[in-house]
Amino acid sequence: MPIEKFTTLESTFVPLPIENVDTDQIIPARFLKATTKEGFGNNLFCDWRYEKDGSPKKDFVLNNPIYSGSVLVAGKNFGSGSSREHAAWAIAGYGFKVVVSSFFADIFRGNALNNGVLPVVVSEGFLASLFDCVNKDPKAKVKVDLEAKTITNMTTGVVESFEINSYKRNCLLNGYDDIDFLLSIKGDIEAFEKNRQN
Amino acid sequence: MAGKTLFDKIWDAHVVKSVEDGPSVVYIDRHFVHEVTSPQAFAGVRARGIKVFRPNQTFATPDHNIPTLEQHLPIREELSRHQVQTLAKNCEEFGVTQFGLGHPYNGIVHVVGPELGITQPGMTIVCGDSHTSTHGAFGAIAFGIGTSEVEMVLSTQCIMQPKPKKMRINVEGQLGKGVTSKDIALYIIAQLTTGGGTGYFVEFAGSAIRSLSMEARMTLCNMSIELGARGGMIAADEVTIEYVKGREYAPKGADWDKAVAYWRTLHSDADAVFDKEYTYKAEDIEPMITYGTNPGMGAGITANIPTLDSIEPASHITFNKSMDYMGFAPGDQLIGKKVDYVFVGSCTNGRIEDLRMFAEAVKGKKKAANVVAWIVPGSRQVEKQAKEEGIEKILNEAGFEFRQPGCSACLAMNDDKVPAGMVAVSTSNRNFEGRQGPGSRTMLASPLTAAAAAITGVITDPRTII
Repeated sequence: MPIEKFTTLESTFVPLPIENVDTDQIIPARFLKATTKEGFGNNLFCDWRYEKDGSPKKDFVLNNPIYSGSVLVAGKNFGSGSSREHAAWAIAGYGFKVVVSSFFADIFRGNALNNGVLPVVVSEGFLASLFDCVNKDPKAKVKVDLEAKTITNMTTGVVESFEINSYKRNCLLNGYDDIDFLLSIKGDIEAFEKNRQN
Repeated sequence: MAGKTLFDKIWDAHVVKSVEDGPSVVYIDRHFVHEVTSPQAFAGVRARGIKVFRPNQTFATPDHNIPTLEQHLPIREELSRHQVQTLAKNCEEFGVTQFGLGHPYNGIVHVVGPELGITQPGMTIVCGDSHTSTHGAFGAIAFGIGTSEVEMVLSTQCIMQPKPKKMRINVEGQLGKGVTSKDIALYIIAQLTTGGGTGYFVEFAGSAIRSLSMEARMTLCNMSIELGARGGMIAADEVTIEYVKGREYAPKGADWDKAVAYWRTLHSDADAVFDKEYTYKAEDIEPMITYGTNPGMGAGITANIPTLDSIEPASHITFNKSMDYMGFAPGDQLIGKKVDYVFVGSCTNGRIEDLRMFAEAVKGKKKAANVVAWIVPGSRQVEKQAKEEGIEKILNEAGFEFRQPGCSACLAMNDDKVPAGMVAVSTSNRNFEGRQGPGSRTMLASPLTAAAAAITGVITDPRTII
């Protein structure tokens, strides 16, 4: 099943300067009862985003119309906790294509990549500067170039490189997924099984 | 050439292929499945028009959504019922063994796998659940995966993973009275934070670890994900071998002898090099409890909540948000805080030893009137054993209700929800905002500390009641 291709993106961004945002906040467990991948975006950050009666909480960033864009910029250790891929589906479903933080939890990072959402790890300084810029101007932008593996703070012009292995980068650039790759090497897998028995 | 770590030995034996500047294709020996993270994966397999590649290597059990009362009746809540039924249908269609609701082997997936001997040393084990790290206690590489990866395993018995870095955490010496492996886990996470293990696979070693029972080892490895690590593991020894021996899915006869001979080779070589290594003294560990909204926000029970001047300025927003949520103030004393709920159970502390520990501590005493307590066994087999051993009777006499198995209030996907604003002392693994129900406030602790809170109604040092 192909995933959406990603090359470059220039966008305003939504700041969430909270650290250790866990997957229970991204999508609370009570929303995990679905048997499809659709509709999770509506409940992204549900308990921070809505009052008990379902009305939007005014002080939460997603409800503040001055912030927009398909990039989420979050505090360090984003996506810690549960392995629920529903967290990545919620982020993708809401419309985010990139999440920027100084640190991601391992499983979330893998899940995001498998759903065409690019996790971009930046330095603490770069992250602090993004928060600073968007505080001063909510229309501040970032540019993410996957081919060059760089992210640019468009306000300051500062460019930082980020890490992604060539295999995963190639998958995202071309919209390939891991299952297609694994199915293509089934012969190797069967040979591996046979060798182990000897 | 430097020696190999335990992790290297098992990993290297499972690499089918390495992709240049990319992940490794890793072969998976055992795959566990539950109802929440699998439906979309089975749907993916169906959409491709393929079969499950090795159905005999996948085992399923519903656990997250199931009620812990009246399990003989249909699940009342429609979405939960549909998800549990979907798992049963998928397993039937694709030929996967399922221990469904009511089956004598039903229970929390990370309790069921080990107790049936499906989990064995030297294996690669995955499940769409972060607490798959539990199985590492057997000297296996076990870790949680996302649903896309569940689909990969169903389709090809492989996943694609970059090789993690290696960390060893040694705990040396003898644990004090009233200190359990849960306290070791909470202590290490408090020292290293919830991101301290990110990018690493952890091996736990040292004399204090070797002295732990198999179940206590599972509790520790279970919480390695709360350290941010992919997983945790402990080299197999006589304790491990003795535990696996004779279990339903354990090797038998000549296969057993061959397996044991191999398992005995699975330890880190003396000259193996770790990317990071930490050593702690068992004597420094007190009974632990958490006061905040991530498992790294924990302290010895006699301590006070940190004051703001001991927290990095950049983290003040996050720390204050957490204190507001919990209704606590920096500098507060932990002992004496009022407790509304006590939850004993989960894949962390829902095994027979945990129930024995709790029962022994509350025996002949009475539950505090202000506390609602849920005592939830990890599996049908644990439930049965607890009844046979007289644990249920002790609990009932002390005013506690013994429920039916499941994940229950650990993540509150079923009806076992802690109401908003209420403080729960829980033996589970996560104290995130809303984890045990919207607005619930969780303090993580051992079954002993939970017992002390349950009979006094306030946070109490368990060493004063045992």
